[in-house]
Amino acid sequence: MAYVAIADRDHVLHDPETFIRKYIWSQDHKVIAIQYSVTAIAIGLVALGMSVLMRLQLGFPHAFSLIAPNNYYQFITMHGMIMVIYLLTALFLGGFGNYLIPLMCGARDMVFPYMNMLSYWVYLLAVLVLVAGFFIPGGPTGAGWTLYPPQSVLPGTPGSSWGIIFMLVSLGIFIVAFTMGGLNYVTTVLQARCRGMTLMRMPLSVWGIFMATVLGLLAFPALLVGAVMMTLDSLLGTSFFLPAVVSMGQPPTHSGGSPLLFQHLFWFFGHPEVYIVALPAFGIVSDLLSTHARRHIFGYRMMVWAILAIGCLSFVVWAHHMYVSGMNPYFGFFFATTTLIIAVPTAIKVYNWVLTLWRGDIHLTVPMLFAIGFIFTFVNGGLTGLFLGNVTVDVPLSATYFVVAHFHMVMGVSPILVVFGAIYHWYPKITGRMLNDTLGRIHFWLTFLGTYAIYLPMHYLGILGVPRRYYAFGGTEFLPESVQSVNAAITISALFVAAVQLVFLFNLIWSLSKGKPAGGNPWRATTLEWQTPDTPPKHGNWGPKLPVVHRWAYDYSVPGAKEDFIPQNQPPDALTPAGREQEPAS
Amino acid sequence: MSENALTNKGESSSALGSLPGGAAEHAPTTTREPASTLEGLSGVVSDWASDKQAFRVPWGKAMMWIFLLSDTFIFTCFLTSYMNVRISTTVPWPNPSEVFALNIGNQRIPLILIAIMTMVLITSSGTMAMAVNFGYARHRAKTTALMLMTAGFGATFVGMQAFEWTKLITEGVRPWGNPWGAVQFGSSFFMITGFHGLHVSAGVIYLAVVARRVWTGFYDRKGSYETVEITGLYWHFVDLVWVFIFAFFYLW
Repeated sequence: MAYVAIADRDHVLHDPETFIRKYIWSQDHKVIAIQYSVTAIAIGLVALGMSVLMRLQLGFPHAFSLIAPNNYYQFITMHGMIMVIYLLTALFLGGFGNYLIPLMCGARDMVFPYMNMLSYWVYLLAVLVLVAGFFIPGGPTGAGWTLYPPQSVLPGTPGSSWGIIFMLVSLGIFIVAFTMGGLNYVTTVLQARCRGMTLMRMPLSVWGIFMATVLGLLAFPALLVGAVMMTLDSLLGTSFFLPAVVSMGQPPTHSGGSPLLFQHLFWFFGHPEVYIVALPAFGIVSDLLSTHARRHIFGYRMMVWAILAIGCLSFVVWAHHMYVSGMNPYFGFFFATTTLIIAVPTAIKVYNWVLTLWRGDIHLTVPMLFAIGFIFTFVNGGLTGLFLGNVTVDVPLSATYFVVAHFHMVMGVSPILVVFGAIYHWYPKITGRMLNDTLGRIHFWLTFLGTYAIYLPMHYLGILGVPRRYYAFGGTEFLPESVQSVNAAITISALFVAAVQLVFLFNLIWSLSKGKPAGGNPWRATTLEWQTPDTPPKHGNWGPKLPVVHRWAYDYSVPGAKEDFIPQNQPPDALTPAGREQEPAS
Repeated sequence: MSENALTNKGESSSALGSLPGGAAEHAPTTTREPASTLEGLSGVVSDWASDKQAFRVPWGKAMMWIFLLSDTFIFTCFLTSYMNVRISTTVPWPNPSEVFALNIGNQRIPLILIAIMTMVLITSSGTMAMAVNFGYARHRAKTTALMLMTAGFGATFVGMQAFEWTKLITEGVRPWGNPWGAVQFGSSFFMITGFHGLHVSAGVIYLAVVARRVWTGFYDRKGSYETVEITGLYWHFVDLVWVFIFAFFYLW
């Protein structure tokens, strides 16, 4: 059977005609990407709002009475869960993955567009169920985003009757949605690239998103299983995770379960989840750095292998989240070792980013600022990871603000900086207009410096031993008075950073109609998505003929070439500047 | 799968020769050095990395393989969790040979129902394989009949499972307890066999839908019976999972 020509077969592209088919029930990967992104950002703003309320409570415990202690736990839980799963995972894979994979691989769409559409609508359902959790009796669960049993299902924890069920059901629905989308992304990358686009010519963005999706497909099952078992524990009274606990003076209703089992399942998902968020960021930032430094990415092959190595290693480090959980202490040795090994490919990537900038023609555009900001922040977060990865150092730091500062730096701020950089970078392709540069610079500097003002002092609090997840402090004589002042300062920075995001939102909306027209390839980039015949790309992306790729994605400043970039689809025998010719007369 | 990928280069050059005119330019081209110069790991990478597709299979089939890999992780997690609770519980685990025994003619036969169920399911894998074979040979009637037989075996399996559940429930087994020992026995049993039973039920529906399309000639018009094989992949997977459940839950 001649399978070879599948990608080039004439697709019957059912061009959507009505408004609803075009923008609502759309099967176009670009529209689905925007739907995913807008939903993710919307729910992310809810989580941002909750963090503001929590910070007000922590910084000025007596000045405001906006939230009660149980709300504080609920907000901590929902903030974490939304940010990690419903914002970052959905935005990187559902948003950027959907938009970039077909365009960067030279495909007309995802391989199964209908399933791709379903993926978004099921994701929306998951978000709605999550939000519904706020309006049920008892409110959402307050178990912490890790949902550790037994406290997550026993009375006394906020939302232990219905909130936890809504949370688990929403996660289950999310996993279904992710699986439908993820199968599409992986199959598209593996099977539907255009002619000449070998795996080793793919832009690193695609590599990062691809590997993250593979991780998701293999890691989310553990969360699903954990969620199913906890739902059964809670609804049917099974005892998978619940030992015989005397709760609220009542005789135990469960017996013989293993709370540790849930922690293992959760972190078997939870640690790859860190890389589900980090790998797309790694990939995208590589492309941003290369494009805006007008220099090829340093060590492309090593970058690819590092992504693959990080992906594989991320499955054997999970119990470093559990050093103080009571598991067999010998595990600590194994997991500390694997954790430190994973620093090797990660460090390779950081060196390669820096070496990409070395002797580059660095343009400090807004995306570039965010990309460089990412390198700083990621190195910071990575270094504190070395503290927490070692058992003996981790034990006293466990459950302090040091941990909070570490993971907010490494998987909160770092990926979000990449998200911003990527939005400034690809917004012109998505909308045809540039984002405002001045507002972008204001946004970058205030966000970048502001997040440092938030999280650097937190490390200090953690080393002092300030415990996390506390609504208020009292009777804590070991903490000096200054802790409260530091907390107040952090809160002021946090309010400031949150407010600055309004500038970004304004920019997004304002530039939609008022932004400078961008043309087809404003950054003079090499990758395929900038070579589309139309901007924004039309349904089917490529017009009548699919592109043919002749080179890797990083031909910047090639000696002898007329332009300082050579698009991937430029044939070798016609090295004339091509990127500009394809700009539509706008 | 990997064999396919590894031989990609050799096959693609022959495909180039055999395909007429215009199609030839769509064949995968590897612009790297000829295979002979790339040995060892770089040769493997080069073959895998060839353009357009990493595996010489249709999209649907590739996607089914990836889905099954993901599903494998689900069942692995279920079985590992079950083993974990079984090991860590302090109360004795009920003896499966006695719990799953049936009285037939005053003779108590251990695991007899499970043995029959396993036989039925494995037989259905045989009929499924024959259906795929006849599908590629374009035998519409035989393919339909064999697929319906497969679905029938699957439905029988689910029916026997329902019987087994009913029997255990009447004997007092509940997800939260049972008369013989560790409470996790009932919860693991209902959860794992239930999840597998849902897979079989979904498979029966899937088979019926595809069988109907085979009968109406949908795949003749489409020019390819690969959907039958994709359905088969799913079905064989569900059978394979059952073998592990059988081994780890009933025989342990």
